[in-house]
Amino acid sequence: MQVEPWVVLSFSSLIFMIGLVGLLIRRNILVILMCIELMLNAVNLTFVTFSQQLDHLGGQMSVFFIITVAAAESAVGLGLVIAMYRTLRSVDTDEIQLLRE
Amino acid sequence: MNISPFFFYLFAGSAIAFALLTVLKKNPVASAFSLILVFFSFAGIYALLGAHLVAAMQVLVYAGAIMVLFIFVIMLLNADTPSFDMGRSHRLLRWGSAVLGLALFATFVWVFKNSAALGTKGAFTPVAIEAAGGNTQVLSELMFSEYILPFELTSVLLLAAIVGAVAIAKRGKKRVGHAG
Repeated sequence: MQVEPWVVLSFSSLIFMIGLVGLLIRRNILVILMCIELMLNAVNLTFVTFSQQLDHLGGQMSVFFIITVAAAESAVGLGLVIAMYRTLRSVDTDEIQLLRE
Repeated sequence: MNISPFFFYLFAGSAIAFALLTVLKKNPVASAFSLILVFFSFAGIYALLGAHLVAAMQVLVYAGAIMVLFIFVIMLLNADTPSFDMGRSHRLLRWGSAVLGLALFATFVWVFKNSAALGTKGAFTPVAIEAAGGNTQVLSELMFSEYILPFELTSVLLLAAIVGAVAIAKRGKKRVGHAG
């Protein structure tokens, strides 16, 4: 019994969709950032799968750059969350309505 | 692919279960810990696929650094107390996004199953990687030869992220000082 490449790719797309749905339905900004991390991980798995399938290491190199970008993104994103909490005293995205007034 | 089906389905199952918990749990601390377990499952799958350095970086950077940052911010903001509304969104949006996600997932599965393998095969077969000193050595040599420009640009990105994070956090502090 073998694991076909399309099974691994489908698994990573399932994780991506879970992250996407979570991004849409959650209102806590911290959980939304976590869902973005989930989606980035799914893309990483796709890169590694293709890298293994095509015997080319460019996919695994891309994963390193994606991990770096994810680290930078979460650092800046969490800084924004802290700034938002200082202004609004909340981490709920529905509270972001300063432009409505 | 030449990987163990038992371990692949074990890691994949735990990753799917904990990813669902990440999305559905109301407490953000529970979400964060579920996400750590998802990252560990992914590291197992990377190791199965022969990407050993990626698996190590996954545990070190994702499960270590990034998630510690997340949990630190959750604790800092006291965001795990029930006084915050952790409720889900509007019902139409919830079911609409679930249906949309399932439809996109079905599309992806159909494409992955029916498309032929594309691209030309590279030179780094598992045997060639083993002969050149293993996954870590081959990747490190590639990183400092063929991919040196993106690697150096990454340092600029990290510098910009550091400056940006400090500037954003500091500006909020000053505004609170003026208001008080």
